Parts: sequence; C-alpha cells; structure tokens
Amino acid sequence: MSLLSVENLSIRFKTDEGLITTVENVSFDIQEGEVLGLVGESGSGKSVTAKAIMQLNGRNTVYDPASKITLHGGPDIDILSLKRERDMLPIRGGQISMIFQEPMASFAPAITVGKQMVEQLQIHTTMSKAQAKELSIEMLDRVGITEPARRFDQYVFEFSGGMRQRAMIAMALTTKPRLLIADEPTTALDVTIQRQVIDLMKELIGDFGMSILFITHDLGVIAQTADRVAVMYLGRIMEQGAVRDVLRTPAHAYTRGLLNALPNLDNLDAPLTPIPGDIPSPLERPSGCVFHTRNPELAPGSRYETEIPPMSEIRPGHFAALFPEDVQ
Amino acid sequence: MTTPLVSIDNLTVAFPIGRKLFGPPPMVKAVKNVSLSIPKGSFVGLVGESGSGKTTLGRAILQAAPITDGKITYDDGERRYDIASLSKDKLRDFRSQAQLIFQDPYAALSPRMTVRDIIAEPLEVMGLTKTREETDARVREIAAKCRINLEHLRRYPHAFSGGQRQRISIARTLAAGPKFVVADECVAALDVSIQADILNLLKQLQRDLDLTYLFISHDLSVVAHVCDYVAVMYLGEIVEEGPTREIFANPQHDYTKALLAAIPSLDPDQRSRVVSFERGTVTVDG
Repeated sequence: MSLLSVENLSIRFKTDEGLITTVENVSFDIQEGEVLGLVGESGSGKSVTAKAIMQLNGRNTVYDPASKITLHGGPDIDILSLKRERDMLPIRGGQISMIFQEPMASFAPAITVGKQMVEQLQIHTTMSKAQAKELSIEMLDRVGITEPARRFDQYVFEFSGGMRQRAMIAMALTTKPRLLIADEPTTALDVTIQRQVIDLMKELIGDFGMSILFITHDLGVIAQTADRVAVMYLGRIMEQGAVRDVLRTPAHAYTRGLLNALPNLDNLDAPLTPIPGDIPSPLERPSGCVFHTRNPELAPGSRYETEIPPMSEIRPGHFAALFPEDVQ
Repeated sequence: MTTPLVSIDNLTVAFPIGRKLFGPPPMVKAVKNVSLSIPKGSFVGLVGESGSGKTTLGRAILQAAPITDGKITYDDGERRYDIASLSKDKLRDFRSQAQLIFQDPYAALSPRMTVRDIIAEPLEVMGLTKTREETDARVREIAAKCRINLEHLRRYPHAFSGGQRQRISIARTLAAGPKFVVADECVAALDVSIQADILNLLKQLQRDLDLTYLFISHDLSVVAHVCDYVAVMYLGEIVEEGPTREIFANPQHDYTKALLAAIPSLDPDQRSRVVSFERGTVTVDG
C-alpha cells in the first residue's frame, strides 16, 4: 500500500537572479513500512523535496501546477493544496515527523528537552501533561538514553552529539507518525555513533512499522538502511529501484560514477575515479539530461544534450533516466 | 624507516577550562603524551573521532597550539627547528616550510580577493618574491600544478564550486613552497564525486613537489586509500599506529576495531559486525 505519492514535483525559487529550478519532475512513492533512500550531492534537490512534503520551503518557492503530493490512508490529503499553516498542523509533526542533520540547531537552547517533548504532544494529542511526560520519558528510554528521567529535565547543550540525535528521534516518534523524514540524520556524527543511530532507526522501524524517507549523500548509509533508493542529481531523479539492484547493477552513468568515486575498503589498490568536471551552478542548468556535461560515457552530439530522457524500466521496479535504446 | 622529517616526543597539549580565583585553572589535556615520527616523503594519516585531539596535534606541529610538555622537531637535513622554542625569525622561516590546508573551502578564501591575490598573499607576506612579475610567474606555476584554469585567476571565489575552491585553497597553501603539509579534513566538506579528484590531486602534488603530508581525517576509507601509514587517536592518545595495510587487515586495539566495524558497507547484505567497545572519558586535571 502506498503511503505517500509524489507526482511530477517541480520546484523553483524566486531569486534576484530570476527563477532557479531546484527540483524538476520528480515522482516517487513510499510504501507503508518501507524505507526509501534519497541520495544525492549538494544541490541535487533532495532536502528541498523533503521540505516540500512538510511545506517547509520559504515564501519564495513556486510549485509547478502539475506537482502533486498525496498522503494516502484515510481520506487522501493533497499536501500542496493546504495553504494555511493551520491545515498543515495535523500533518506536520503529527502524521509526518522530520529529523534534521544538526540536532543542536533543532532544539530550542533555553528550554529543557523534556518541556519541548511535552509541548508537541500537547499540540498533537489530547494527553495531559503528566501522561505526555510519562510517554516522553518512556520514549527517551526506548532510544537508549540512560537515566531518562534526569535527562528529561536537562538542556540540549548537556547532551552529547549522539544523545541529541537520539532525543530528536524520540521526540519525532512520540506522536506515532506514519512517515518519518530523516534529513542527513547521521552526517554530523562520528562513525561509531552513526552506526548506533542507524541500528536504532532500523530497530524502531520494526517496532513502530512506520515508513521512512531517508535523505543522505552517503551511499554506504543507504545500503545499510534503505529498501529502495532514488538517486538525484541537479533536481532530477537519475535512477530509482531496489537498493540491491541499484547498487549492484547501476544502470545510470551517474550512479556508476558515484560508486566508483567512493573509496573501497575491500580493494585498497583500486584507483579513485572522480566524476569529471564540477557540479554546474543552478543558474546554468544544462539542457537535456542534466548530467550530460559530466557524463564520460556520452559521445559528443548525443541525444542527451538536447532531449530529456524518460524514466525507462530496466527490470521490474528499477528505473533509470535513459532512452530506451540504451537499456540493456 | 627513513629519517623522520617531523619527530614528536611525548607531546602534551593542555588547555585551561574556566578560571579559578586562586591557583591555576583546571586543565584538559587535548593531546596526552603522544609520540609520532613522520618520515620524509610519507603520507601519514591521523584518524579519530571528534574531540580525539587530532586537529590539536596537527596544529601543535605548526606552532599553532600551545606545547605544554614534550618536544617536536622538524629536520629536513638542512634546516632544523625545535617547534616549542622558535625565535620570531626562525618561526617566519618555518612557516615557509610547513603549511596547513583547511577543511572548508567556503570559509578559507576571502570573498574580496581575486584568486590571483589569494594565492599570491603568502608570497608577499613572507617576502619570498621581489617583483610583481616574479609573484605572477610563481602564482601561475602553482595554479597550473593545482589544475586551476589560468583564466580564472582574475575572478573572485564566489564564482567557483567546492572542488574548485579547494584547489585554490591548496594552491595558496603550496605557494610558499612548503615541504610539509598538514591537511586537516580537507575533503570532509566536499561531495563524493569531487572528493576523489582532490585526493588524486594531493597524491600528484606529493610526487611533483616532493611533499610530506599529515592527513587528518575522520573517514577511515579515505585514509585507507591515500595514506601509507596510519595513527589512530582516541581521547588524546595514539592508541594504535602502523602501515595502513596492517592496520586495516589486522587491527589490534579495540577502538580501531570498533571504528572499522562501524563503516557502513556498500553491500546491503553485509551487515557490519558490531564490536562492543567500552568508551572512556576525558579527564580534567586540577
């Protein structure tokens, strides 16, 4: 069962230099209980896509009229049609929760962690203060924070980096969201702590049965967490499919390029192969396939320079932005 | 092992935390009793988590952190510097020998200077070139080595992407002709597709300019690929060191094992083994 569908999402930002396209014609589904990974480098539009689901993009955001984000189950909710903040309330933090890269910046510094957890429960549920406190402490305990009752009354600066991220996860889960959006949740953490947070998130998926949209630039993290993955570059999805299919038999030159650029611990002699060139400025968006300027596999004058390739099916459920003649 | 270019003997770097009304303030030892030799021409990696003291150690070698105890010597056969007690003149001289590449190429470059001026500044400050022509020639030479398009020298940094900026930052570091370079997390802020390019450039420059690197990073897989020798730091101490291959094939210390096991594998079916590791805490003296 599909929980969330994003269809033909195109996002532009109004700036002094004109309209800048950050997301172009992006479509994907998140099934119930599924972890969808969204990978991409800076400027790929992965965070903007996530923020569109939560309606957190700035006032200068222009959504293309064809864009549609639907939350299924119960009556379908067309998220982009919700114009008032009040209408977003049951969704933002209720049905959908979001956690961010830098937990220090996501908690209010001068209010205790506990008070912030209770506050959001009072907004989204009918719980009494005492019940909310009890649930919050229970959840802090569940995410592996020792002495949760004492931690409840502390401020975020008294927490270590890993603990802050755990507290944020606890806070996001107390309202029992159906979808959790995790925007680079492990990027600011040390590897050993990252590992613990990944393990914790996997455990929680099992316990709570929610869906997760996991955004990261790290393909290793995706391999370890996601069921399916969508690879984005300059606002477009280049490839999408089951994690095993995409990582083992990548169909798009960009995905292959990313994998080759990564240091491989199993073969220390393998040379690191960078993707040639630099990420183009958003003001100079390439025509045709946005990756054609850096694609070493393309001959000059190829179709990809002028025409936008469709999402072609490689095998069931595995798609790549390629013209049908290039699908093997 | 060949003669060390940099020898660190029982180095301790301590910082005061807070103040007391009477008596010395409590001190936290960011680096505790560390010894390490960096041979000439080597690419030595220093890994560890945040707060392990790796940056402080790198800074101490460059005389940018207070040396509380111990000794650091830089000796290239012709010149010899005792880092803890450098006179002003000697320090200036040493600065042309040892330099630092910064992590964030967005913060390291002045937005008000052209690329040419950014690269030329160290030459002018140290008085290494006499005329403008000489400076320009040197800037062009080093820019070409760092694969910077010479037409870009007149532009300002805002026009460049992260990878290009890091190349400019590296050119500035190398302008004065240092032989020893501390690269502190110099690819951490870069995208994957660009990171490999910068790592390859560092390797190339090492061959071209006969450089010795201390490469500080939290990313073990990057270190595994570029370094020939690795030291692992934890809570201010070096807990394990050795040739890269040996460390990665056969880690001895529990912390190194935990670090290696924690790297997320690209194979979805290879779940990393979780190695339990009892974490310590930083101690404060006084």
